[in-house]
Amino acid sequence: MPSTANRATGLPSVLRFAVLFVGALVALVPFYYMVIGSLQRERDTSLGGLLPLPGNLTFDNFVGVNESINLLRALLNSLIMTAGVVGCTLVLGLLVGYALAVLSFRGQGLVFALVLLVQAIPFQLLMVPLYVMVVRYFNLADSYAGMILPFAVNSVAVLIFRQYFLQIPRDVFDAARIDGASEVRILRSIAAPLVRPAILTAMLVTFIGPWNEFLWPFLVTKDASMQPLAVSLANFSQANSTFQANPMGAVLAGACVLAIPAVVLFLMFKRHFTSANLGSAIKG
Amino acid sequence: MSTLRDAVPGADRSARHRDPNARRPGTRRRSRRVERLLGEHPLGLLLSSPYVAYVLVVFLIPFGFGVWMAFHDFFFTAPGVQVPHPFVGFDNFGQVLGDPAVRQAFGNLLVFLVINVPLTVVLALLFASGLDAVVHWKGFFRVSYYIPYVTASVATLTVWIFMFNGNGVVNRVLGDLAPDPTWLANQNLIMPLIAVYVTWKNLGFYVLLYLAALQNVPAELHEAAQMDGAGKWQRFRAVTLPGVRPVTSLVVLLTIIMTGQIFTEPYLLTGGGPDGASMTPALLMYQKGIQQGQPDVAAAIGLLLVLAVMILSLASRRLTERKG
Repeated sequence: MPSTANRATGLPSVLRFAVLFVGALVALVPFYYMVIGSLQRERDTSLGGLLPLPGNLTFDNFVGVNESINLLRALLNSLIMTAGVVGCTLVLGLLVGYALAVLSFRGQGLVFALVLLVQAIPFQLLMVPLYVMVVRYFNLADSYAGMILPFAVNSVAVLIFRQYFLQIPRDVFDAARIDGASEVRILRSIAAPLVRPAILTAMLVTFIGPWNEFLWPFLVTKDASMQPLAVSLANFSQANSTFQANPMGAVLAGACVLAIPAVVLFLMFKRHFTSANLGSAIKG
Repeated sequence: MSTLRDAVPGADRSARHRDPNARRPGTRRRSRRVERLLGEHPLGLLLSSPYVAYVLVVFLIPFGFGVWMAFHDFFFTAPGVQVPHPFVGFDNFGQVLGDPAVRQAFGNLLVFLVINVPLTVVLALLFASGLDAVVHWKGFFRVSYYIPYVTASVATLTVWIFMFNGNGVVNRVLGDLAPDPTWLANQNLIMPLIAVYVTWKNLGFYVLLYLAALQNVPAELHEAAQMDGAGKWQRFRAVTLPGVRPVTSLVVLLTIIMTGQIFTEPYLLTGGGPDGASMTPALLMYQKGIQQGQPDVAAAIGLLLVLAVMILSLASRRLTERKG
């Protein structure tokens, strides 16, 4: 539908642009404040403080927060957790997505029902029993496996892969079968390379969740050296960080380090964040 | 939820596979019996099994365990110690329902919904309609709105704390208009502040959903309405609004589901205070179940919470889809 220009919106164009601009400003100002606050030598909450005053700019806050929570270690923990989740999600999702879309086997409907069920079970119901199981029974507190486990299955990835495989003409697979290729060979040499874009999409859509996740790693990690950055930073912020020269600056510096990787990745791959992919990313 | 729309199980395709004409040539007789038992591609079972095993361990068993826990006297013991966990019927639920803190937590969610749902729907629709018609800077606006959504709550909440605390920049701007007691310490303002924060954070996601829906509203309908002499506002009400109703329904549903999970915001902003004014059921579950060692009570709260969310979701579906 290309004729967007004369679509009714009820707003004259100048006003429309102004509304959109104010919206963008409101969305971005906290980020600006995060960066400027992390660079201030002394906290300045006046309006003038929002301008970058050269005399008041410093990287000391980053040094300060690093002394308290070991940023590199926390970043590494976040990275390991995220990579583990994304890796499991991709492997499991690719296999099930292929099986559901291309193969036909007994119990297929049941497997598909399970995929949808995963979307539907709310985390509040699982929080306490999962905590009891993972920490008390499996003894996985303060371990990467414990952090990764609840996120390893993800119906988003399954649905993305299934959708891609369904779009590939069935003749491609049938031809390979006639040529004598085994099903495993077909999956590895034909199906997986064909859905490379789906792998990228699934990676991007599932990356943000574990990177930003707070509640679950907060529950299972008590050892500071195992905590992902979101958890260390929250604890640091809760403890008031009073021994820092500029406590607010130090916390905001940590917030920058947590926020920047996700934002940069989003900016790099923003055209992959279409509403179609978002639709399958909905948990509910 | 939206995934249900492409939820067409493999029935039609498997039928095609069993069509004898589509069979590959030279199938051996042995496979006939395997096929009758396991389907044409038993490999599918093998490929699905790791996923199914995970679903069992991470979703179905904890789900059953949680329900069991809510009806039994369950408490933590030293590792390896065997203790009985007697069945107590609805005792845990009775304890939960009689607790004013729990009632307050559920009430807080209602306050949140009353502010968050209309604000989200109106603002998302406003920005999406604007974006749909604007020519310049479209990419910039989309990216700006979406950035809060991809950023960690822990990071953005930190900024909000410093913007809204007593001597923060917001109060500096407001001057004498600054509320007393100030935002984070104010019983009447803390839940609305959390509702505004969550609206701000998630708005970009809903804007994109609405944008996709707006682009699917047929332009012919607008043109036909225009021919009939409908003004801009009339066309918006008669063509655009009905056209995006499915998305509105979805947005309301998603905000209700998300509301049940609110934990990070009150935990980081106020710890549930002041005086329980920002306590939520999820935060209460953490405090009772894990900090105070009453997982059975927490599981009961969890069941009630899910029940409440389900009832509200069904009600919202009936309300938003009825006029279709």
